[in-house]
Amino acid sequence: MGPDDKTRLKLYQLMVELRDFEQRAYDVFMENLIKGTSHLALGQEAIAAGFAVAMRKDDYTFCTYRGHGHTLARGASMAAAMGELLGRSNGMLHGKGGSMHLTDVTRGAMGSYAIVGAHMPIAAGAAWSAQVRKSGQVAVCFFGDGTTNIGAFHETLNLAVVWKLPVVFVCENNRYMEYTPIESVTAVEHPAADRAAAYGLEAILVDGNDADVMYETASRTIARARSGEGPSLVEALTYRHGGHSRGDPASYRPKEEVREWMSRDPIKQYRERLASGGIDEAMLRKIDDDARQKVDLATEEARNAPPARIEDIESQVWSDGGSAWRN
Amino acid sequence: MAELTFREAVAAGIAQEMERDPTVYFIGEDVAAAGGVFKATVGLLDKFGAERVRDTPISEQAIVGAAMGAAMTGLRPIVEIMFSDFLATCWDMIANQVAKTRYMTDGQVSLPLVIRTANGGGSRFGAQHSQSLENWAMAVPGLKVVAPSTPADAKGLLAAAIRDPDPVLFFEQKSLYGIKGEVPDGEHVEKLGTARVLREGKHCTIVALAAMVPRALAAAGELDSLGIDATVVDVRSLVPLDTRTILREVRKTGRLFTVEENPRLCGWGAEIVSIAAEECFDDLDGPMVRITTPHVPLPAAQPMEDEAMPTVARIVDTVKRAMR
Ligand SMILES: Cc1ncc(C[n+]2csc(CCOP(=O)(O)OP(=O)(O)O)c2C)c(N)n1
Ligand SMILES: [Mg+2]
Repeated sequence: MGPDDKTRLKLYQLMVELRDFEQRAYDVFMENLIKGTSHLALGQEAIAAGFAVAMRKDDYTFCTYRGHGHTLARGASMAAAMGELLGRSNGMLHGKGGSMHLTDVTRGAMGSYAIVGAHMPIAAGAAWSAQVRKSGQVAVCFFGDGTTNIGAFHETLNLAVVWKLPVVFVCENNRYMEYTPIESVTAVEHPAADRAAAYGLEAILVDGNDADVMYETASRTIARARSGEGPSLVEALTYRHGGHSRGDPASYRPKEEVREWMSRDPIKQYRERLASGGIDEAMLRKIDDDARQKVDLATEEARNAPPARIEDIESQVWSDGGSAWRN
Repeated sequence: MAELTFREAVAAGIAQEMERDPTVYFIGEDVAAAGGVFKATVGLLDKFGAERVRDTPISEQAIVGAAMGAAMTGLRPIVEIMFSDFLATCWDMIANQVAKTRYMTDGQVSLPLVIRTANGGGSRFGAQHSQSLENWAMAVPGLKVVAPSTPADAKGLLAAAIRDPDPVLFFEQKSLYGIKGEVPDGEHVEKLGTARVLREGKHCTIVALAAMVPRALAAAGELDSLGIDATVVDVRSLVPLDTRTILREVRKTGRLFTVEENPRLCGWGAEIVSIAAEECFDDLDGPMVRITTPHVPLPAAQPMEDEAMPTVARIVDTVKRAMR
């Protein structure tokens, strides 16, 4: 069983694109062209791809500072994303947000939020609006294991259940908050799944490195939300290949653990599954090549774009486009 | 004109806008069935139904966050935070999320939402239910900040806040809820960012906000009998700030006094004094003086609380001594 070939190819293509984009972002970082910080989701691509492919065009995505993949997965422009990382005028936010805040509302990518847990109630609010507008839209909210210990997580789950909101909460359990292993600071073994019962929700614990599993989990929970049955809380087990953010060598992680998870790379696994399922190697190679080319072009465009414009500093505080606080 | 209490005027303002615009929703703790702990939202549930007027759990972050998510996707939510002191529990939502998201996304989202809250002292509640926090809000780029002093303004400025396309923090001074005043019949909408001159005098200009406005007016009455003729300006809106009106009235009299309920440091009066110092220094005939609550958490006992907040007597005394 599982998804049909067309869906599987789409899942594979998305994962490869997200992987290549972030690997390139890392390289560009190492050239010191990207200032500030950036948080890569290398190794976590199956979650972003699984949900994005299962979502309806007008559904809402809310994600964290580790949100390049989730934003691109909704179809946002790679050049605009790379431009934002580089602080260029072609950036998605014209330089005002940076790596941690990628947003493309036209694609339903409703923002990347950098205060842990803050976007959870905001996602619930978008779901509330969809509910009362009877639009049939669903909000999907991604966050980390560490986020399950902040108040907003609990406030939001309670409210979402009480109001039966069309929202899916997806905990990407990559086993670490920043540098601290999640189990050393959490009362339960599975930070999200073990808390589901407290809100009357089903415990959903899935392999976040398996794109088919993620696609099916997404389809099921989104359908539940869309049909008015209320929210779901998904815990997807995964691992980040690199450190928490730029410059973190992640030396706090046991070598054996890293080796084991690297062998469960979601993309490598999925490619093998597709190949053994009869998908032509040439077709997969074309997807690989196209993705690389797409990232090349986007990077070129961003590198060549002029820097973010000084003239924009005082614009768009208010809806009139300006920032006036007095007359 | 009908005579309404301040709390009735708040409910009337919400009702007027909910009738006019089906995208206006109202949520908060105990606001629907109970009509609010200050009874400022009585009748709204009956009029608009349980979908549009909704009780929430005690989850301030979820309340403000949900309003934000709804505002970015087509609703115009109004939320009530029961006491302004509780804003501290959802200050991330307000200061980091609501205030910054439009700017950070370079205008991709608009956030037409109103956060109403009961603010300030005078109720013997102690320091965790009595703060006057409008200056916290004023310090955050991206928030509009409004504080009415009369029932008419409670309705008209609240209506304007609800229609405003940007986030507004609306401070209702809780000792004002019971006061009565004339409120225009029919649709009543004020304009944000406009101060109002309530009394014109020749000798000095007293600038006040919310519950300090009636005290400034009473002080002006007493000063009159001492031969000091004071102008009184109701600021009404801290952001946007009507510096044009305020500075004009300062220039006319050459003296400025601010009456602030907030504790001393970084109160809104400091901003107005600094603007006046930069922009109408040559028109000043003497030092500008701030009359504030001392820099302490507000005490509970009646004589202590009454003495801590700017009283009519302290305003009169301060102005009198400064004008000597
Ligand atoms: C409220 C808050 N506290 C602390 C931080 C600093 N911080 C940024 S990311 C992070 C770890 C979050 O861990 P998790 O939720 O597991 O997400 P992951 O980074 O693993 O994707 C921390 C502590 C923050 N941004 N916000
Ligand atoms: Mg984590």
